[in-house]
Amino acid sequence: MIAAFNSYGAWTLLRKEVRRFMKVVGQTVLAPMITSVLYLLVFDQVMRDRVEVYDGVAYTAFLIPGLMMMSVIQNAFANTSSSLIQSKIMGNLVLLLMTPLSSLEMFLAFVGAALLRGVLVAAGVYVVAIFFVPLPLEAAWAALLLLVLSSGCLAVLGIIAGIVADKFEHLAAFQNFFIMPLSFLSGVFYSIHSLPPFWREVSHYNPFFYMIDGFRYGFFGVGDASPLLSVAVVSGFFLALSVICLAMLHTGYKLRP
Amino acid sequence: MIAGRPQGLDRPFIMSAHSPPVFAAMQALHIDNIHKRYGNVQALKGVSFDIQQGEYFGLLGPNGAGKSTLISIVAGLVRADAGQIAVLGHDVVSDFRAARKSLGVVPQELVFDPFFPVIDLLRLQAGYYGCGREQWPWIDELLEELELSDKREANMRQLSGGMKRRVLIAQALVHKPPVVILDEPTAGVDVELRRALWRFTRRLHKDGHSIVLTTHYLEEAEELCDRIAILNKGELRALEGKRALLNLHPFRLLRLSLEGRAALPEALQSKLVGEVEGEFELKLEKGKDRIADVLDAIRSAGLRVENVQTRDPSLEDIFVEMTSAEVAS
Repeated sequence: MIAAFNSYGAWTLLRKEVRRFMKVVGQTVLAPMITSVLYLLVFDQVMRDRVEVYDGVAYTAFLIPGLMMMSVIQNAFANTSSSLIQSKIMGNLVLLLMTPLSSLEMFLAFVGAALLRGVLVAAGVYVVAIFFVPLPLEAAWAALLLLVLSSGCLAVLGIIAGIVADKFEHLAAFQNFFIMPLSFLSGVFYSIHSLPPFWREVSHYNPFFYMIDGFRYGFFGVGDASPLLSVAVVSGFFLALSVICLAMLHTGYKLRP
Repeated sequence: MIAGRPQGLDRPFIMSAHSPPVFAAMQALHIDNIHKRYGNVQALKGVSFDIQQGEYFGLLGPNGAGKSTLISIVAGLVRADAGQIAVLGHDVVSDFRAARKSLGVVPQELVFDPFFPVIDLLRLQAGYYGCGREQWPWIDELLEELELSDKREANMRQLSGGMKRRVLIAQALVHKPPVVILDEPTAGVDVELRRALWRFTRRLHKDGHSIVLTTHYLEEAEELCDRIAILNKGELRALEGKRALLNLHPFRLLRLSLEGRAALPEALQSKLVGEVEGEFELKLEKGKDRIADVLDAIRSAGLRVENVQTRDPSLEDIFVEMTSAEVAS
């Protein structure tokens, strides 16, 4: 009897994807942690006595959730996109496409592994950062929900980019011209209330803003937008991306010509 | 609609004696009117044929004939524009899980995941098919059979081309598929390995697997296959048993040399198909052109035969004739 859901197959792919990034843990988990800590050290030195974004919240503390989320965004995206593009370029993607794994099973496995990498990197940054400054956790539900949803969004976006890209250069362009600007312009280093009205308005159309603001709300209990709105926007973004991604996998777009 | 499951598909299907092969009354592969176009190129133009269970089937054709496209459609790597393919009765699109579980494909290119050693690649590949630890003894058996046991912990990057090819064969067999497709498995491998792979595929066939082989080495197809299809320019040009295919063109080849390296008489020039270092090869139609008449023509021209031998056409002769006729037309 052939089951309707190949759970063992999906579990195998998930384990494989986790092992893949754990084999180069220095590059996939430790390096982003170090980058975040360097950001923290530099901005802490330069800004800590000049800016207080929220009442009673030191700039260094304000910065940490933003840096955590920025790492999540970059690493969840990198995990799925690099895995797919490497397999495409090496040609070994055919060995996966020939298996009885459905689009949904592949989707869940790839997203699950990227989500785990995102959470690991965030946890690593958190553990190191709390040596610098105490960090409250006022609304853990919001932090956890936004962590998982945001990681999921970028994992799915990584699959889409990995499918569309034909070479590493395409992926780098996607990362440099889309992911990086949207993550830097989403309030990692500042509150959007400090922006001119036009740019403040524009920021509300950037889904990455809700990821970071909602996540930050989880720590301090204050944010630029309502945490429920952040959860709703990021959930909607995740669902929309997932529908696009599953449609691409199902139709075999650029994978099964 | 192609429906139903072959009996015993879930039973172990292995090479060792304790598990009998599975045979059911349906084709290993049913290919029905497959069309595929890439831009302006019509890669397949309504190809249809069946491969019976237990057959060792050869799929031949020159480069660009559409062989790899057809195999990719069977494997689910490419979508057909029209037509239907079923593996052991399972449609490769609507019933893809059962179809892919019944199928093992050895790809033409030496593709591999550089992150894992051989043993992990094989266990992971088995896992995708839903096979867990219970499959590990079989994977060990495959490593043994393919003389890879001492390479189990090696990374694919460390292996030679021949070894990589063996790993790909093992990967295609980890889930014990009843139908095995080998897409040019001996391309670029040395003679010794080629012979070893022949022995291995013969054993697979003997144990009940249906084998589909594409190859550029026509003597390989002649040696191994029961039935042969020839594709050319996306169309099926021949589909015959090997013997019937060899008899399809009833001619024989006469090779002779003349004393004093004399030129071939004018009367025989129309039958000449080749000349190498003073040896002429003439194509004679069976039942029409007699060897005695050729010798008479030579004598009449005042020449003497130095050496003479005949041979039946090989698969290569037939293949070249069929595909070159296409080019000429």
